[in-house]
Amino acid sequence: MVNLLIEQYQYTTTPKYNFPRSIQDLQLPQQFIELSLRTLRNIETGKLFQPCTPTQLEYPTAPAQEAASPPFNRSIQPAIKPIPIKPIKDETPIIAVDVSSMKLGETEIGILCVIRAAIVWKQKQQYHYLRLGPFPFHITEENINEVYYLFRQYSFLERPTLDYTNALSLMYAPTRLGSLLERWVQMGIAVQTRNSLILWDGSLTAGTQDFPVAVMSQLLETARNRFNTILAFTKNTRLRLFGHCLTDYVNRCKPPCLLEMNGHPISLSDALHLLGNIYVAKLGEGNCSFRLDIDRKLSVEKAVEAAARLAGNDVLLQSYPETLRLAHIYSTFTANEVIGIQRFLARTNRLRIVTKPNVRRLLFGPFGKGPEN
Amino acid sequence: MRLYRKEGNTVQILCFPNERAEKGDYLQIEDPKQGKGFLIQVIDVQFANIPGILEELLRDATSDSDEINGRDLDPLEVTSQITIIQDARLLLCKIRGTIQNGKLSGSSDWLPSRSKSITKKLATPTLATLLKITEKMPIHVGETKEFSPLKVDATALDGKLNIVTGKKGTGKSHFSKLLVLSLANYGAPVVVLDLNGEYAQLGLTSDGKKSPHYETIHVLTPASNFKVGLAQIQLRVMINILVHALHLPGTSTQEFRRIWRFLKEHTKLSLHELGEAIRNRQCNHHVKDALFSRYYTLVNSGFFTDDPADAITLEDCFTEIRTGGVLIINLRDTSFVDRQIVVEYLLGKLVEMLACWKMKAVFLFAEEAHLYLRETYWNDIVTRMRHFGVFTTFVTNQPDTIRENIYRQADNIFLFNFTNEHDLETVSRAAKVDSETVKSIARDLPIQHCLLLGRVVKDFPIVVKVRALDVQTMGQTRLFFA
Repeated sequence: MVNLLIEQYQYTTTPKYNFPRSIQDLQLPQQFIELSLRTLRNIETGKLFQPCTPTQLEYPTAPAQEAASPPFNRSIQPAIKPIPIKPIKDETPIIAVDVSSMKLGETEIGILCVIRAAIVWKQKQQYHYLRLGPFPFHITEENINEVYYLFRQYSFLERPTLDYTNALSLMYAPTRLGSLLERWVQMGIAVQTRNSLILWDGSLTAGTQDFPVAVMSQLLETARNRFNTILAFTKNTRLRLFGHCLTDYVNRCKPPCLLEMNGHPISLSDALHLLGNIYVAKLGEGNCSFRLDIDRKLSVEKAVEAAARLAGNDVLLQSYPETLRLAHIYSTFTANEVIGIQRFLARTNRLRIVTKPNVRRLLFGPFGKGPEN
Repeated sequence: MRLYRKEGNTVQILCFPNERAEKGDYLQIEDPKQGKGFLIQVIDVQFANIPGILEELLRDATSDSDEINGRDLDPLEVTSQITIIQDARLLLCKIRGTIQNGKLSGSSDWLPSRSKSITKKLATPTLATLLKITEKMPIHVGETKEFSPLKVDATALDGKLNIVTGKKGTGKSHFSKLLVLSLANYGAPVVVLDLNGEYAQLGLTSDGKKSPHYETIHVLTPASNFKVGLAQIQLRVMINILVHALHLPGTSTQEFRRIWRFLKEHTKLSLHELGEAIRNRQCNHHVKDALFSRYYTLVNSGFFTDDPADAITLEDCFTEIRTGGVLIINLRDTSFVDRQIVVEYLLGKLVEMLACWKMKAVFLFAEEAHLYLRETYWNDIVTRMRHFGVFTTFVTNQPDTIRENIYRQADNIFLFNFTNEHDLETVSRAAKVDSETVKSIARDLPIQHCLLLGRVVKDFPIVVKVRALDVQTMGQTRLFFA
């Protein structure tokens, strides 16, 4: 019965997308879709499904690489000179990637989650997008290893060690699966494009289990070899210099400009490596500025030139590239979509939806305001 | 469909796009545990307030524009379910009663289970059966949304005050004709005050041939084939004409009364003699002038005649329709004053005949009655004349010309589309149904669709598509649904 149910899913084979020519061959492996289906097989028909309500959609996230980076050394006073940017308008393609993941609810043996990637690119003054997903997954203690293994395989990573997978918590599974999908899309774009600016949401910090230094280096090298430049934007940096947030140092600078943070000794744990040079970018008018990581193996001149091309070819609202903003918007799940995906899972797997009592509410009444775990 | 909430007699039902429900539809909320269910009617269809919908629409609006284009790769087709959620609807319904053991009662003082109750559509024929709407004399008025015929009982119109209203061109005159012919078919005498001459060809089919009703339909055109001699008129009726239609002052009326009585005593009651009597009357100069001006108005109307061959007696006309027929008073080319004269005469004569049981009752259809009915008649029609056996149906596209007390006393209202808020407000004062229902459903009624309210539907509002009639309108070959 379960097998029959799974076979009811209809999906099309991966087509060639309407990307710019250079990246039009980017394809979603069929195995990836099948992985989603395979995990859903674990759901037994008629079993209970405890969905997350739209107000419960905030879920624990795994520690981000950015957050894992230690603060700058406070004892050294750096000399920070802003680098003025002269926007270059030359029709350089700009490609942005973002991925969203979401816990949808719980079954008796695991969690249901969904991930979706969005790729937005600007070419010849026209924005285009491609959304991959949503892909629902049923993650259990039993299949988490297999899922993780396959994800890592598709994301150009090696099979994880037994110790690591044992440590992988169901709680963080949505975020980690999302990161792995993001890595796969990033690699696909790096491989398929040329002479482009590739925008990431995050930093170029490597050394975590999901993003080893070797993989990040390979990604950057692939991009470099194809004359692509990866620019990684961090919206909220926790890095500080002399007790102040990095982005505070650019407040008085006239945009568009970059502040180069290299040369300041940064102590990192043995595991973490900065594979990019850190800048603070204020590329347009407004109050916002962002940490910007650019491939360390590119010269400062090349990095500044990349920022200039971004400033010249993309719309910058509050210094944030429109392409990356759109990628975020297109990948994000709205509450309505979450309900729709929950309904999809409930209908295709004949899950019986039940509402688990909120223990906090039961115990504390109106004072029980924290998230329900 | 799922029961979402109940407030007072209003119920909200959550409905997905594949579950079809429209304004006017009846639904049944069954609570198996309690063994009863609510009978509810959809009065409005809204979008369900889904969290996150604004963000999603804004995002979609961006991709719909020329600025950005793209596509979604959704191999599992999850988006189809998201779209369903986006399009989820909320049905705003009114509770019409409770069904328990197959019987309908008006109670709504209980609450069905939200989780266990089952909500489903109730087909109009099932509702009609439940309400026992058609029992004795069915009139096929049209088709329900399920394309099944809807019949109402002619007895629900008997002795009742009815209103047919809707904006121009929505089909109210057509519906009136349907009622007229149906009542005549059941042997009822029907009189139509036809303001626009729309009923004149009622006896002909659309291709100009005689219809089965041809012999029972009689068209009287004032000053043409409808003339009367003064001898047939009672003084009371003539005084009503002079006072209400021609506004004769009191002193002059007294003088006229004396002249009339004198002529009647000497059996000289004719137009010619009346003129001579006024001319020779020794009275105040102003009174004489007033009487003369009214006299010439009567003469010029062409409605009165001294030639016995030209004059008809209304009694004879009514005799012809006594066992079923239609008397159409064609007021199309009649002036405002002349219309009032004719209507005063007709109504006076009707009451006279009904008072002495020359007729049992008559169904009167009055199109745009405010154009010929005097002020005092409105109350008279719903009180005194009704008891004499004049059962009136007002037909109008100006609902505010009918007084509020008429709406309140109306037994049946046949409501066609209105978009004007003021019109809707006026009609919603009808006591037979809540104003929300009237306003919401009537606003969106398609043409030729009628909301039946009142006794004919046992006070359960039903929307019907009025059936076509093969009759001629305005003397031209024209089909209703063409």
